[in-house]
Amino acid sequence: MRVRLRSGQWAAWAFLAPVGLYLVVFYAYPLYRNVELSLRNYTVRSFVRGDAPFAGFGNYLKVFDDPAFGPALWHTVVFTVVSLVFQFTIGLALALFFVQNFPLSATLRALFLVPWLLPLIVSASTWTWLLNSESGVVNAALGVAGLGPVNWLTSPDWSLWSVTIANIWIGVPFNLVVLYSGLQAIPASVYEAAALDGANRRQRFWRITFPLLRPVSAITLLLGLVYTLKVFDIIWIMTRGGPSGSSTTFATWSYRLGFGNLVPSFGPGAAVGNLLIVAALVFGLVYVRTLHRREA
Amino acid sequence: MRRVKTAIGLVLTAVMLFPVYWMVNVSFTRDEDMRRSPPNWFPVDGTLEGYQAVLDRQLPYLATSLVVGLGTVSLTVVVAAPAAYALAKLRPRGGGVLSFLLLIAQMIPGIIMAMGFYAFYLSAGVLNTVPGLIVADSTLAVPFAVLVLTAFMSALPEELLQAARVDGAGTVRTFRSIVLPLSRNALVTVSLFAFLWAWSDFVFASTLDQGGDHQPITLGIYHYIGHNNQEWNAIMATAVVASIPAAVLLVIAQRYVAAGVTAGAVKD
Repeated sequence: MRVRLRSGQWAAWAFLAPVGLYLVVFYAYPLYRNVELSLRNYTVRSFVRGDAPFAGFGNYLKVFDDPAFGPALWHTVVFTVVSLVFQFTIGLALALFFVQNFPLSATLRALFLVPWLLPLIVSASTWTWLLNSESGVVNAALGVAGLGPVNWLTSPDWSLWSVTIANIWIGVPFNLVVLYSGLQAIPASVYEAAALDGANRRQRFWRITFPLLRPVSAITLLLGLVYTLKVFDIIWIMTRGGPSGSSTTFATWSYRLGFGNLVPSFGPGAAVGNLLIVAALVFGLVYVRTLHRREA
Repeated sequence: MRRVKTAIGLVLTAVMLFPVYWMVNVSFTRDEDMRRSPPNWFPVDGTLEGYQAVLDRQLPYLATSLVVGLGTVSLTVVVAAPAAYALAKLRPRGGGVLSFLLLIAQMIPGIIMAMGFYAFYLSAGVLNTVPGLIVADSTLAVPFAVLVLTAFMSALPEELLQAARVDGAGTVRTFRSIVLPLSRNALVTVSLFAFLWAWSDFVFASTLDQGGDHQPITLGIYHYIGHNNQEWNAIMATAVVASIPAAVLLVIAQRYVAAGVTAGAVKD
């Protein structure tokens, strides 16, 4: 029996070997290289020759001292929090609406997934044109309402809001779908009992739906948080973090340092990226714990 | 009352999808109408110039994206399916740790992976190659694929596998002739998402394939915008074409899509 068990373990590990190898070579190793990048003074030349001098935490200190650090941190927080609040609120409202089955509801709900499925470059370039200062349809609509044109993407006062709006649009479907599945899991009998007890709609929402949806909401928000921290494509394509850094977050800053300039500074770029990863991992661990507590 | 709800639903959907409609509208707009104020709400004097430009200039990019997408799907399934089988049915020691690592791996920002891959690929000499891009893109899908397939295979009835064992089938045989065919739906879901993510990838393409001879469609569009191009009908026509896989995915695999979105978030 013991022999059989052991041979079972061998088989199991043989099946796991590809993914194990894969994780080591294509996850762990790139991450290791990234940490190594952040601890050395890399230039294009030493990159090729591989003899960059060790810099310790010099790159991190450089990043903390950079005048761009404060604004980038602030933009990351604003972008993330505003995106999450609106994505979640709109997603929940839509989920509550769609859960009352009506003709066509399934089809319309499926159509709501489109923004989430589109390649980000498609959404970002579409929004770039929608928000164009002179010829964008958003400013045309504002003009009809008697409001002056807004320089959505070219004014430092508006660029961060513009990319946030686009990101909310992309994130609503995810929130809708997950919260909808959460709502469906609430048994109808609970509502029936409440209705018998004379609870009105508002009471039913705050006393039943909201508390019973809490675990799913927590997961949606945490996952949304981790995803939003990563957002890079949208911002980079729409504004490149500009004008003059007004929509730069950690993700776009890291990219600009590593790839966006003629003279790349890989070290500081990797350092910014590693700060981002620490933030993502912290919230990721909270997410995993929430998930486990739910299962227990 | 139900009719009213449908009407509200239609309006909400129209508002949500307006940007998509606008993309299509602009793709048919003539150059001289592009800066009109107010803009044309419908492509009244429609033109196919934009789509002509796609045919003339974007086909190589589209072909590359197709190859990268299919390559990513194959690599993802080959790596993920056996692992999922092991995690779901063979109870390996340390399997829990591996699932945990996969869950965490999904949360690593792409830009960080891109920088690590850049350093890795530069010394390995695979920068600006299609296989390099396929491997990098597969990191977007492998953790998701293992987790979704594991959840699905766990639900396969144990009796079936036992019956196979009684009939003398080994672990490999059971996997190939029983588990894989029964997991078709989950494999379809995983493949569709892997393809879509690879097709849509911009981070890896712009860092690892910037100087490549074969670049994907996301870079094709990006070059268009980047050169301060004013041919917005051509840009939007390319965007419409680049959206086709997403549309196909939604039409042929609607229920899998919603299932895939939730599978990533709520595992049960």
